[in-house]
Amino acid sequence: MTNNKVILIADDDEDYLFQMEHYIKSFGFEVLKAQSQKEAEVLIENTKPDLAIFDLMMENDDSGFILCYKMKRKHPDVPIILATAVASETGISFGVNDETKQWIKADLYLEKGIRKDQLHREINKLLKI
Amino acid sequence: MKNLKIMVVDDEPGIRSGVSRILSNYSVSYPFMDDDIGFDILEVGSGEEAIEKVKSEPIDIVLLDNKLPGIQGTEVLEFINKNKPEILVMMITSYASLELAVKATNNGAHDFIPKPFTPQELKSSIENVSKHIFLRGMTKKLNKEGKEIRYQFLSVLSHELKSPLNAIEGYLRMMQDKEAGENIADYEQMIDRSLHRIKGMRNLIMDLLDLTKIKLEKKEDKITQVKLSDIAQNAIEAINPYAIQKDVQIELDDEQQVEMNADPGDMEILFNNLISNAVKYNNDGGKVTVRLKKEDRNLSIAVTDTGIGMAADEIESLFNEFYRVKKEQTKNISGSGLGLPIVKNIVDLYNGKIQVDSEVGKGSTFSVILPM
Repeated sequence: MTNNKVILIADDDEDYLFQMEHYIKSFGFEVLKAQSQKEAEVLIENTKPDLAIFDLMMENDDSGFILCYKMKRKHPDVPIILATAVASETGISFGVNDETKQWIKADLYLEKGIRKDQLHREINKLLKI
Repeated sequence: MKNLKIMVVDDEPGIRSGVSRILSNYSVSYPFMDDDIGFDILEVGSGEEAIEKVKSEPIDIVLLDNKLPGIQGTEVLEFINKNKPEILVMMITSYASLELAVKATNNGAHDFIPKPFTPQELKSSIENVSKHIFLRGMTKKLNKEGKEIRYQFLSVLSHELKSPLNAIEGYLRMMQDKEAGENIADYEQMIDRSLHRIKGMRNLIMDLLDLTKIKLEKKEDKITQVKLSDIAQNAIEAINPYAIQKDVQIELDDEQQVEMNADPGDMEILFNNLISNAVKYNNDGGKVTVRLKKEDRNLSIAVTDTGIGMAADEIESLFNEFYRVKKEQTKNISGSGLGLPIVKNIVDLYNGKIQVDSEVGKGSTFSVILPM
């Protein structure tokens, strides 16, 4: 079963990418993969996914932020999930209050470690399914 | 909530009370901060009074009108810069005197707010300046404790350790939930990948131990006369099983039977890292040459491979902790990103130098020069 919605995933960890792809396909979405910030930038330029999930740290410590910015500039209406493994260690706590939203343009922050049901729920919420 | 004290210096009471009103219930928060920042406002009507307050009260930010009845704003600015440089001054200025404002920023004002300003403009200026104060405080604190680099290192390290854990946990969950069905053979790839990530993590931990050893250990008592070819030979033997798999030939060239005074442990780590890199990043059927030579009062160790080689920008980052060259050919090569930083640490410890010559597609030579 597929519902033709396309989700872009950018992550430099091939295992994480593999697992995310597996789950997202099992939810019935199509998947576009990027293994680096660079690859993701090309995809943002040339395609318009229905939702994007970006890793925070790839080639650069702030790759995810940069991709958020580029995506929102090109396609302001595409919702973005920012996934990160570093949140708790660096003391960056990702509360999505309005103040934060002003300068980091993601719609949702997820701590890495995939929880299938939560992932499905959040994607559906953002896609308004 | 932590409060910053803002002094508003303006001869127009309307402006002063306006600023007070706008900022009294305003607070700033950032994702990096535990606490919000709030503001206490102090209203002052003249430059003279402002200077008195600067002397007697702890103030963080000054909003300073330039046109004052007595002494001018620029003089107040000058006083603050001289006596309390930690105070950040924002000039309030009408659009007509923008040029003056720019001059003021050159003379040490942090920023300026053009008048008339909307509440939102004031708030965002205050937000910027308090972010600046917050970051300045953080940097100062970290520097004071000498922790900045360690903090950075630890945050990257935790990322490097957490990523494989996440990957392995992810695969285990997929197996637990039988995501690929009932046939156990369909999970082979996931198991392989998990084992691969575990191996990577183990290497990382070993490398971390090496790194702390180099950074912490006092050397004097361990230094002995070392015959380098013995150590090189051991390193070659350690990597040989892998080299055989890749059909890579390793050659040791030590005509002069070079010896030096060193901690054998350090030299082992150095040779292990350089030779294993030369094998890992080699092509199948390639060659590695380890050359030991005396040159004047120096000793040179050169490890040459016929592997994938590197571009200049890759070489530049090579000695950064956790940096790894990422391209198609290196996708399946595991490494902690600590090997070369470790080598660099050792070379520095012995007051030596390391040089990299490389050509994409041809191979690389890592040359270490150590004074004898």
